[in-house]
Amino acid sequence: MTSASPVPATAVPEPVEKGNSLWHDAWLRLRKNKLAVFGMVALAIISVACLFGPLLSRYGYEEQNLELGATGPGSAHWLGTDTLGRDLLVRLLFGGRISLAVGLAATFVALTIGVVYGAVAGFFGGKLDAVMMRTVDIMYSMPFPIFVILLMVLFGRNIILLFVAIGAVEWLTMARIVRGQVMSIKKMEFIEAARSLGLGRRRIIFRHILPNVLGPIIVYTTLTIPGVMLLEAFLSFLGLGVQPPMSSWGVLIKDGAEKMEEFPWLLVFPGTLFSLTLFSLNFLGDGLRDALDVRSSKD
Amino acid sequence: MLRFISSRLLQSLFALYLVITATFFMVRFVPGGPFTAEKAVTPEILRNLEAHYGLNKPLWQQYLDYLGSLCRGDLGPSFKYPNRTVNEIIADKVPVSAELGAISLAVALTLGISLGTLAAVRRNTWIDYVASSFGMIGISIPTFVVGPLLVLGLAIYAGWFNASGWYGPADRVLPSLVLGIAYAAPISRLTRGGLLEILNQDFIRTARAKGASEFRVVSRHALRGGLLPVVSWLGPAVAGILTGSFVIETIFQIPGIGREFVNSAFNRDYTLVLGTVILYAVLIMALNLAVDIAQAWMNPKVRLEA
Repeated sequence: MTSASPVPATAVPEPVEKGNSLWHDAWLRLRKNKLAVFGMVALAIISVACLFGPLLSRYGYEEQNLELGATGPGSAHWLGTDTLGRDLLVRLLFGGRISLAVGLAATFVALTIGVVYGAVAGFFGGKLDAVMMRTVDIMYSMPFPIFVILLMVLFGRNIILLFVAIGAVEWLTMARIVRGQVMSIKKMEFIEAARSLGLGRRRIIFRHILPNVLGPIIVYTTLTIPGVMLLEAFLSFLGLGVQPPMSSWGVLIKDGAEKMEEFPWLLVFPGTLFSLTLFSLNFLGDGLRDALDVRSSKD
Repeated sequence: MLRFISSRLLQSLFALYLVITATFFMVRFVPGGPFTAEKAVTPEILRNLEAHYGLNKPLWQQYLDYLGSLCRGDLGPSFKYPNRTVNEIIADKVPVSAELGAISLAVALTLGISLGTLAAVRRNTWIDYVASSFGMIGISIPTFVVGPLLVLGLAIYAGWFNASGWYGPADRVLPSLVLGIAYAAPISRLTRGGLLEILNQDFIRTARAKGASEFRVVSRHALRGGLLPVVSWLGPAVAGILTGSFVIETIFQIPGIGREFVNSAFNRDYTLVLGTVILYAVLIMALNLAVDIAQAWMNPKVRLEA
């Protein structure tokens, strides 16, 4: 991937009064992409189900029924129950809340740090840029997944720490992308025009440059969410993520894998739902890339 | 070129020093020590133990001592395994993880490059669609879902393999397949993307015009440039094969360094934690350096910029 190479911003050649049409075009292109639409619809359904599903269920996610034990899918429990007799569907939807929340929150952390850092480095350039990007280079070469594991083991499984730790790992690429884009845009005439009108640096960065970098930022954000969710599930699978009685998809998959010999549905359903979500996010991200990125939508 | 390598080397050494220092103090500032879990430790014994391992010295002294012995290649004694040094433990566990990683990498490269090439050459045919969906599936289904499912199907139900363990050659099949497929997927996508870009270029048309066979065009002319994205991706990815192996080693109960690392952190085995972190850091930095050099060698443009 040559994402670091400067790409002309999509919005630039358009006349001012047609500013919206570019996003409209992108939307039309996106709608034509069946897989991306599938991803969007699936994500919408999954999010709504996770948010409101547990409210409609007869069962609580902690509600045990030890006499019942583990039962397969049936009419009382659509997706069956686990060894403590807890309804798997409700637990899945509850776990989904956590997984999605971690995905969104950690991505937000990464997004904020990455965009600001990259924009500052790219805009000011020179020595400041050299120092900032060298720092990113050095951080790139560090074994971050290992640090995250270490942090989670040492400081206990704190969900806030989880957001911060994952977000702190993922901002590096965002910073690089934004910097490259900003550097190519700041040389363009309309920025010079803005400067000659006497606008301040902050206004130029946030009002004139960043909106033109929005495309790559959106695409990369969409593709970061599945990566983050994967990292959370990976930690949970190692027993380092969310703690019981809370659960996430990673925790459910871990529990399912331990009991799959007798109760395979405990692994199959969480695994399927999690994979489906990652699928949808990746499809959507790919679709957005094609719809927003001039270069790749050409061929 | 030499200047390029030496400046990268210096940068890596500096990063390594940061990693060591950060890890050293992070581990120490956390509540709980290596001996807190053991019940029957009287204060006297605890003092003796700490004196034995030098834990009663001031922290900065311990830090300098550690750096000193590190320069001599000594990673210190393990706190949890009496009479064993960290060097011994690492030497014991690394070959296992390295074998798993090497087989998986071979699987990933073979599968990924051939699928990606097929997809690019037969663009927009059913071959492309099948290969591309494989890429998407492989990216989206995590190893800790594929792994247990394969164990369930091929080991428990079909009985072809052992569900866990690391003894005979048959025990290598499932773990390296799971890990290999996970990395074949992105490789196939990168190969396809890289090749498509190259196949549009003039020198490919020239090669075709000269009457070179399609096979020759792809294998001799296009792949060298087309694989560039794969190469730049490989450095971090090979490191990822190691972290991915935490999960694989857990699922298949393989006695590798990944499992040892997680356990050592739980046990507050300071020296073992540090030793493993240093090992990973050195590995990742060495791989990144190798990738930079390989890239410079494969792409004259990069070579000139450096």
